Amino acid sequence: MAVIRRVAQAGTVESSDIMITLSPVEAGSGIEIELESPVLRQFGRQIRKVLETALQEAGVAAAKVYANDKGALDCTIRARLKTALNRALEEEVKA
Amino acid sequence: MNRLRRTMMYVPGNNPGKLQSAGIYGADSIIFDLEDAVAVTEKDAARDLVASAVRDIRYPCEVAVRINHISTPFGHDDLRCILEAKPDMIRLPKAEYPEEIKVIADLIGRAEAKYGYPAGSIKMMASIESAQGLVNACAIAKADPRMAAIALGGEDFIADLNTTRSADGAELAYARSQIVVAARVAKIHAIDSVSTILNDDEAFLREARMIKQLGFDGKSCVHPRQVELMHKVYTPTAKEVAQARRILDGIKLALERKSGVIAVDGKMVDGPIITRAERIIAYAAVVGMNKEDADE
Repeated sequence: MAVIRRVAQAGTVESSDIMITLSPVEAGSGIEIELESPVLRQFGRQIRKVLETALQEAGVAAAKVYANDKGALDCTIRARLKTALNRALEEEVKA
Repeated sequence: MNRLRRTMMYVPGNNPGKLQSAGIYGADSIIFDLEDAVAVTEKDAARDLVASAVRDIRYPCEVAVRINHISTPFGHDDLRCILEAKPDMIRLPKAEYPEEIKVIADLIGRAEAKYGYPAGSIKMMASIESAQGLVNACAIAKADPRMAAIALGGEDFIADLNTTRSADGAELAYARSQIVVAARVAKIHAIDSVSTILNDDEAFLREARMIKQLGFDGKSCVHPRQVELMHKVYTPTAKEVAQARRILDGIKLALERKSGVIAVDGKMVDGPIITRAERIIAYAAVVGMNKEDADE
């Protein structure tokens, strides 16, 4: 299981992109997704599903996800989430 | 001749909008750039994005990825991430030694075996961007059977020569000729450097005609506008195709009659002319020029 221990972000708010911010939450509190999108009504459910599936596949059971979508394709959403996850999970560099 | 590389168009690797639309401009190849077009802090994001696009978007052309050099902290991570998505080609920037090609070719071979892709299906090309690279251009071009093209990276090369870019490109003359010679020895494509001319079609066309005359198979492009202009220069004219057909018909007839030297359009036809005619006909076939076009 992958545990998110720090806030991490990937993506931009440019057209066709999505900015994803991952934050740690208490163990057992599940996945909480806050989504903003100009196509929320049409594709909100699909975007959430892509995010949930990708987190599940990465073994993340608890996290807060803030996603600011600007019309990203599924492959872009998956890529940005992967980058945010890697950044959230990477070891802190000790001074 | 089964693949043209008249235009290899760069697309910044960390821009989802540009990655999405990259296939619509008609370039023979698109090059998703993880190197110069990507900020150091976004290298990880760009490689994830490019890998995802290569995996999920169906492009109508060859898809190459320019990785960071393997001597940088990013090159090996680029390869690990990108090869799984199976691009058509890996482009190495700043190539200086054939050993670099061999290292990458070996990594590609391992990835093909690991992910079950056909052996040899991911090609390679390298760009020469320094005096050291130019000295080794032929060895680099011949370093591995995966090598499909060798390119000139003009801006870095000019900086390495301690000179500046001029309108007529005199400072690149030697390098351009050397790259074409290296490509011909290795029997791979020669690709010219990008042109920064974006708002002057005539100036760009002059450069395109000049590099075609030098023997280049195509050019790296930085703007969709350059694609159309390059293809215009590289498409044989109907007159050229018709003449090439007359030459090949003449040769066929001469062989049937068991005659020796022949003349077409008042000129003697010998080996190099036949080779050139065959190349024009093959080119015309690849770009879809049928006989009716040639007869116009």
